[in-house]
Amino acid sequence: MEGYSLGVITLLAINCIAAMGVSLFTGFTGVFTLGHAGYMAIGAYTAAILTVEHGINFVPAIICGGILAMILAYLIGLPTLKLVGDYYTIASLGLGEAIRLVIENWQSLTRGARGYPGIAASTTLPVAAGFFIVLAVAMFFLVNSRYGRAFKACRDDYVAASLLGFNTARYRVMSLAISGFYCGVAGGLLGGYMSFIQPIMFDMAKSTELVSTVVFGGLGSMSGCLIGTTILTLVTELFRPISQYRMLIYGLVLVIIMVVRPEGIMGTNELTFSYIKGLFHRKKSTPAAEGGAH
Amino acid sequence: MDTVLELKAVNKAFGGVQAVKDMTFKIERNELAGLIGPNGAGKTTIFNLVTGVYDVTSGAIEFKGRNINKLKTFQVISLGIARTFQNLRLFGASTVLDNVKTAAQQHYKYSFPEAVTHMGRWRSMEKATRDEGMQLLEKVGLADRANQVAGTLPYGLQRRVEIARALALRPELLLLDEPAAGMNADEVEDLNALIRGIHKDFNLTILLIEHHMDMVMQICPHIVCMNFGAMIAEGSPDQIQHHPDVLKAYLGDED
Repeated sequence: MEGYSLGVITLLAINCIAAMGVSLFTGFTGVFTLGHAGYMAIGAYTAAILTVEHGINFVPAIICGGILAMILAYLIGLPTLKLVGDYYTIASLGLGEAIRLVIENWQSLTRGARGYPGIAASTTLPVAAGFFIVLAVAMFFLVNSRYGRAFKACRDDYVAASLLGFNTARYRVMSLAISGFYCGVAGGLLGGYMSFIQPIMFDMAKSTELVSTVVFGGLGSMSGCLIGTTILTLVTELFRPISQYRMLIYGLVLVIIMVVRPEGIMGTNELTFSYIKGLFHRKKSTPAAEGGAH
Repeated sequence: MDTVLELKAVNKAFGGVQAVKDMTFKIERNELAGLIGPNGAGKTTIFNLVTGVYDVTSGAIEFKGRNINKLKTFQVISLGIARTFQNLRLFGASTVLDNVKTAAQQHYKYSFPEAVTHMGRWRSMEKATRDEGMQLLEKVGLADRANQVAGTLPYGLQRRVEIARALALRPELLLLDEPAAGMNADEVEDLNALIRGIHKDFNLTILLIEHHMDMVMQICPHIVCMNFGAMIAEGSPDQIQHHPDVLKAYLGDED
């Protein structure tokens, strides 16, 4: 049982890394994505192939996977994010599936649909936690910088943002590239955690899960996406014994939150000291107001 | 004199609709000029053409002698033009200070590695951004509202935030699109004082679109009047007030 709970925490750290990536792009920059599992797949396969076939160390291999996912995201972002509107979202629908199909059919490199076995189980809790802490600190710092304000300006009103001198297309592409890096790293870690990867792990359902986690936590809140990921990961893991009802409960939790708090658990707030203090003050005056969500 | 903005036979057509017809006028440095005309005359279209939100169909727009027809919006802004909007475009969910900081930060840049580590210039540049933001908020009389969410401010104050945000870009030319819209007489009076103040203190050239005739007549020595996309008169308030075409445009024909 000890090992199992360590495993769950490791998985949680991995999911959080991916969720932060999607949160930056969807929550802070305002572009919906339905294909981020594709970047995870790129990261996972790159790390796996580099470690198994080229004997490269696990940590640099994962970073390579993240960088490759980032480059791909950048190249896809250039043509699709220049246009204002939902072009990237539509493109991402096909993109995630395209990446998965390429991996499935590139037998000589990826061993196809049956999956890629024999990855060393290198994603221990310290490794995953180390990656998570470094990436989380960097992400929180980033959204509290001039880049964070620029991303939010592009999200809130792209016309106003460009009239404040921001090259909005450039910031959107940049946000996508960073988010691709996070998902690539998460994918690489997932490979080392499972010791086995398969294209089907990175399908449409995974992409949807990523974005729904972020919406669940609150679009525009980094701490919200971490809380959301924690709740949803624990729900899926805790109800493993009654596995036939697992996804039912997962869906129920999502629906309940979206009905009770359509803006997500945190809205656009961050879990700061003053936010918590404000919460308690409000609770004192109207005890029921915040009850359902926390 | 030193010309800041010059329109040379500018045309803009949206399909078959000629929104701007052969507009030609000049704004000299340190002028406080007014652009007036009835609803739908094409005034805001002029602002959108100057700031690159729309492309001109024909003609040339020059800023300090440089043709800016082909520039993208963010490039035009970086040359030193800023504008406000007729219907406010604040970042409503952000605080007043964050709105102004988002513009002020353009002058205090630091690299990406500095941003993700909060090292190097991050601290000093963020502080400078904040200080400049606060200074501008003081200027427009909103320093005490800095941490309020912008969308919750009364309309008149939101306009002031927009002006502060535009000033944070440190423009040479400021385009104000109906800054007094929806304001009562007292508020217009305050706004007049504010516009005069920033015009002097920031050494600005201002082009102002306005519906409040008395306001334009009071503060703008140079007025351009347009109707149906074309210029019908240009001159001093006195000349404009007595120009037959202006009277016709505003009051209608006698028969």
